[in-house]
Amino acid sequence: MRATCWMGRNEVQVENVPDPAILNGRDAIVKITSTAICGSDLHLYDGYIPTMRKGDVLGHEFMGEVVELGPDVNNLEVGDRVVVPFPIACGSCVQCERGLVAACENSNPNARLAEKTFGHATCGIFGYSHLTGGYAGGQAEYARVPFADVGPLKIEDDLTDEQVLFLTDIFPTGWMGAEMCDLKGGEVVAVWGAGPVGLFAITSAYLLGAERVIAIDRFDERLAKAREAGAETIDYEDVDSVPELLKELTGGRGPDACIDAVGMEAHHHNPLLFGYDRVKQATRAVTDRGYVLREAIYSCRSGGTVSVIGVYGGFVDKFPMGAVLNRGITIRAGQCHVHRYLRPLLERIRSGEVDPTFVITHTAPLDDAPRMYETFKHKRDGCVKVVLKP
Amino acid sequence: MASREAKDTLARGLGWFSVGLGAAQLAAPGAVARLVGVSPHGRTRTIMRLVGAREVTAGVGTLTRRRPAGWLWARVGGDALDAALLGAAAVRASNSRPRLLLALGGVASAAAADVVEATRLSRVATHETGDGGIHVRKAITVNRSNEETYAFWRDFENLPRFMVHLESVRETASGRTHWRTAGPFGSVEWDAEVVEDRTGELIAWRALPGADVDSAGSVRFAPAPDGRGTELVAEFEYRPPAGGLGAAVAKLLGKDPHTQLADDLRRFKQVLETGEIARSDGTPLGHDVGHQIGRQLKQRPAQPRESGGDGR
Repeated sequence: MRATCWMGRNEVQVENVPDPAILNGRDAIVKITSTAICGSDLHLYDGYIPTMRKGDVLGHEFMGEVVELGPDVNNLEVGDRVVVPFPIACGSCVQCERGLVAACENSNPNARLAEKTFGHATCGIFGYSHLTGGYAGGQAEYARVPFADVGPLKIEDDLTDEQVLFLTDIFPTGWMGAEMCDLKGGEVVAVWGAGPVGLFAITSAYLLGAERVIAIDRFDERLAKAREAGAETIDYEDVDSVPELLKELTGGRGPDACIDAVGMEAHHHNPLLFGYDRVKQATRAVTDRGYVLREAIYSCRSGGTVSVIGVYGGFVDKFPMGAVLNRGITIRAGQCHVHRYLRPLLERIRSGEVDPTFVITHTAPLDDAPRMYETFKHKRDGCVKVVLKP
Repeated sequence: MASREAKDTLARGLGWFSVGLGAAQLAAPGAVARLVGVSPHGRTRTIMRLVGAREVTAGVGTLTRRRPAGWLWARVGGDALDAALLGAAAVRASNSRPRLLLALGGVASAAAADVVEATRLSRVATHETGDGGIHVRKAITVNRSNEETYAFWRDFENLPRFMVHLESVRETASGRTHWRTAGPFGSVEWDAEVVEDRTGELIAWRALPGADVDSAGSVRFAPAPDGRGTELVAEFEYRPPAGGLGAAVAKLLGKDPHTQLADDLRRFKQVLETGEIARSDGTPLGHDVGHQIGRQLKQRPAQPRESGGDGR
């Protein structure tokens, strides 16, 4: 089959690789009809996530048709149309039982490695380094889906691929980002990053009761989409200080909740500040650039919440713990526990409350993956979200 | 356990000695040079400062690590270098022979102390019990009842499903088992018997007298708080014989038996909770063999393979 393979920093290739096979009784093989490039794939592309190997098949946002099933999968049938969540979860450990699938204790065969890096193991993730299991991803014609009786969501009506594809990751991730803000109604929420995840966080914050959402980015097309989603916008390259402006916009209080939808490759328009972390990251003295996290903490109202859904891989330098403690800020974070949001969010799509297709700017055949990674990375051609068709 | 007291006064003393000596060499290279009998010209001071920097590094390393065996072996290398430098100095007429000999004696006694301590700590670092045996202990929580968890382990024939170094365990008589190891390092066999058995609480076993491999093990099962299943603590002890057979057992247990037991318990949990062992394209056997051959990570690329699922 054709599959998008990581070949090294800034290099992916669509290669011919063997078709996947059933390895365990609870596996399924899915013939992929649509798949997407995630902003977090760019962290792999840029070489900032450790334990990648040449030839790794990328992709954790995919859906398609079940073509083969292991003997222990009883809730699916060959021919079913399914959306596959990016975390691989066993469904039977205590974490899974409590809905914390991204902390599944059984799905990562490289748990030992993850334990050394993070203290405790994390779940397996499709196409996302060997730290999260070394699973082949879904930017390919076929994928093996372990624990297929737990993850895949059957789509039984006539919704298009584009309408449901983002249930795999970015819509639930944005939703969880807003949910972690613990909104009661009437809040002001600031969202750093108006990429696909940030856009879904804006949409979700309104659905969960926010009165105002303020989005921060520097790309016109993303800021335009944020306004489409109902947000006020700040182009951070046009202002001296985002925290100062946020104070002005909120009567001096600061936003009640701040969502970091950017993560480890944050950008800063002050060349000195940007250079400081960029150099440390390039020399691997730190793994993560922390401006957005720092800015979100400084901006947040005292007693408010900072919700982190942008991906961080290791260590952040100059973490303002003093501000967190003295102003009583709650920090919440997490890889998204996608499974628990699948049905409720599908319902919101079906009812027309949310149309996830608004983030898509590019659709291309799978073979164009290398070109689309470049386009997406450099945000050329107004690129916000790429859907690939195998 | 022995590792608690592993860094005793000797290692601590050697560490502070290094820091003190290094600091003096960095701050007053000329004075130290005169003390050991070397006339302090420009190049001598530079060498003295370099040696001082090395001493401080080794000292800090020795003091900050819990089991500083590696740093102590580095010190042994440093001692050899010092002896060579002093030897080279002795051939120059401008230097003081008696003082150099005295310094050489000092280096020799430091080296002896380093070797003694490094050897002892290396033994501790490989989980040896002091009498040539290996002892490991590890805990895990399994989301199943004490009874179910106990019953699966009590059927010793299940053990090879999650302990990768075992090929088979056969129950030969009530409470008697025959163990056979697997893997690329050849096979070793022994007989064992259950010495304690309390349903849902404890299983303990030990190799029969005269077995090639003197081994013992126990597993305790206790309820985890808040209905989270069973907390399990497993302990294993091996006293391999001297010679080739002992070497085979040592290889089998890997460079890090502690990690191997942790991986075994993870698979035990997977089998009980999910009915299978998680396998990926990068880790097709469900376990990474890296640590067995002394490597951090031995992964295939995360891409399907022609042969499908046999993992070979």
